[in-house]
Amino acid sequence: MAALLQLQAVSKHYGALKAVDDVNVAVAAGEALAVIGPNGAGKTTLFNLITGDSAPTRGRIEYGGLDVTAMPPHARSRLGIGRSYQIPHPFANMSVFENLLVGAIFGGGASERESYKRCSEVLKITGLYDKANLPARTLTLLQRKRLEMARALAMQPKLLLLDEIAGGLTEYECAELVKTIKEIHGRGTTIVWIEHIVHALVSVASRLIVMDFGQVLAEGDPHEVMANPRVREVYMGIPVS
Amino acid sequence: MADHVAGDVAGQSAADSAPVHVERATKASRIFAVLAAVVLAALISLPWWGDIGWMRLIAEMAYYVALAQLWNLLAGYAGLVSVGQQAYVGLGGYMLFYLTGVWNVNVYLALLLAGPFAGLMSIPVSFAVFRLRGAYFAIGTWVVSEVFSLFASLILVLGAGSGLSLTVPILQEISPDRDVRGTMLYLMTLTMSLFVFAIVYLLLRSRHGLALTAIRDSEPASASLGVNTFRTKFIIYVATAACTGLIGGLIFLQKLRISPEAGFSINDWTVVVIFMVVIGGIGTLEGPFIGMLVYIALREFLADYGTYYLILLGLLAIAIMLKAPMGIWGWVIHRYDLQLFPVGRRLKLESADDASKR
Repeated sequence: MAALLQLQAVSKHYGALKAVDDVNVAVAAGEALAVIGPNGAGKTTLFNLITGDSAPTRGRIEYGGLDVTAMPPHARSRLGIGRSYQIPHPFANMSVFENLLVGAIFGGGASERESYKRCSEVLKITGLYDKANLPARTLTLLQRKRLEMARALAMQPKLLLLDEIAGGLTEYECAELVKTIKEIHGRGTTIVWIEHIVHALVSVASRLIVMDFGQVLAEGDPHEVMANPRVREVYMGIPVS
Repeated sequence: MADHVAGDVAGQSAADSAPVHVERATKASRIFAVLAAVVLAALISLPWWGDIGWMRLIAEMAYYVALAQLWNLLAGYAGLVSVGQQAYVGLGGYMLFYLTGVWNVNVYLALLLAGPFAGLMSIPVSFAVFRLRGAYFAIGTWVVSEVFSLFASLILVLGAGSGLSLTVPILQEISPDRDVRGTMLYLMTLTMSLFVFAIVYLLLRSRHGLALTAIRDSEPASASLGVNTFRTKFIIYVATAACTGLIGGLIFLQKLRISPEAGFSINDWTVVVIFMVVIGGIGTLEGPFIGMLVYIALREFLADYGTYYLILLGLLAIAIMLKAPMGIWGWVIHRYDLQLFPVGRRLKLESADDASKR
């Protein structure tokens, strides 16, 4: 499969801090990739580099065969890169429905008419339909995380970057979310998912990357990677005896 | 084709879904529209039943509300907190005096050119001030305006420090009769104010309004959803400058004199306007109207108290910012969810029966 997204020797340094350090990752079209790592490992920074929210210190980012390294975020999203933010950024004073319209019309290039229909459908699959006309500021944290995903979905992204959207969910809610993500992935959307809840990740992703101190520590089949002693030490704090 | 793609993501349900209905008006807004039409009719007919004093006051209210709507669009939506809009009031005013006085251009034509001229001037200005963020942007816009003011006070053909006056022949182009002239100026100001409000309102109802409202609430998120935040802000800045220039032309056509201090006055054209928007409710269309009414009412009732009036104005501003930081109308929206000029899109939900079938 051709790589949809390719990071070549990408680094992001903040002064002496190497938030992301010489990372090489390729994501195939249609793949579901999971990213784990302790807090501060550089996972969210990696997303910011992919979306253009921040510019890499070094390296090159290719998406769909294009060099997007210097492309501004809005242009990347129009090419099909959608994201959810770890800390939700709802358009607080707009309704949930209007939040989605922004994604459908600007990122997704839909006409206003099309966008109404599209967003109404996305609201249904993400379970926000009955909240459609409420201002986003009235949503709970969990609903806000759903909104993050729904908004990105309204763009009909080719690549969906999910940043810790399952954190804080109950077991049942988490299973529901996994079901939704599987469904989205099943329709051909490429997914990169950062999460701490490993069993949720493993049920969707076919490949797992572990990050630590800005670098890729391990990469491969989720079960094999999780069995790796160094990963266990770094990630779970289990010392290798 | 896009509908087909929509079906892909939304799944099989797209095929059987009924057309989606979206409402753009509310019951309150329909009632209010009738009320607004009545008030407008009364204002238009004012010259036939009111006196010149009323016309002057209403004209002032009209241009202030237009300035407030524009500043609200800039600061309340596009996040561009400018304290230098007086630059464009002054530019528009000077352009009118220069074209009519030096080039003998017809006064109406000169007025129409004042707006585009201010818009044009705002383009190079934006290159400079758009490099600045937040408070630096605010100060930067102020500095630019001061620079314009200093330039005006150095250029001899613009009357240097003492400024310019409109001559009688120019005024007679509007009408030789003084009363007719007063009526004409009043109606022109009213039309201009309505025109500016219509632009702002239609803009906010359009897809660009959706982008602007999104930028207001979260700039990074709107960029991540495909909104070109820089271009949107740039267009708003230039369009606002052009409209402000037009208003500036009209203001000084009524004042008959312009000087660097009066034309580029931060107090008259920006501070007062910010007061109106912040008190009325920033980021709402209703706010600038409320704020303007509050300001004018206070000024009219307290004009005799001199300095105390300004102190009271300041105290009121502080009280409202503490008690209702979103302004008077912001508080109303939070409490009653009332919108007189709805810009939103309300999805008409399917009935519970329909929904449960899924």
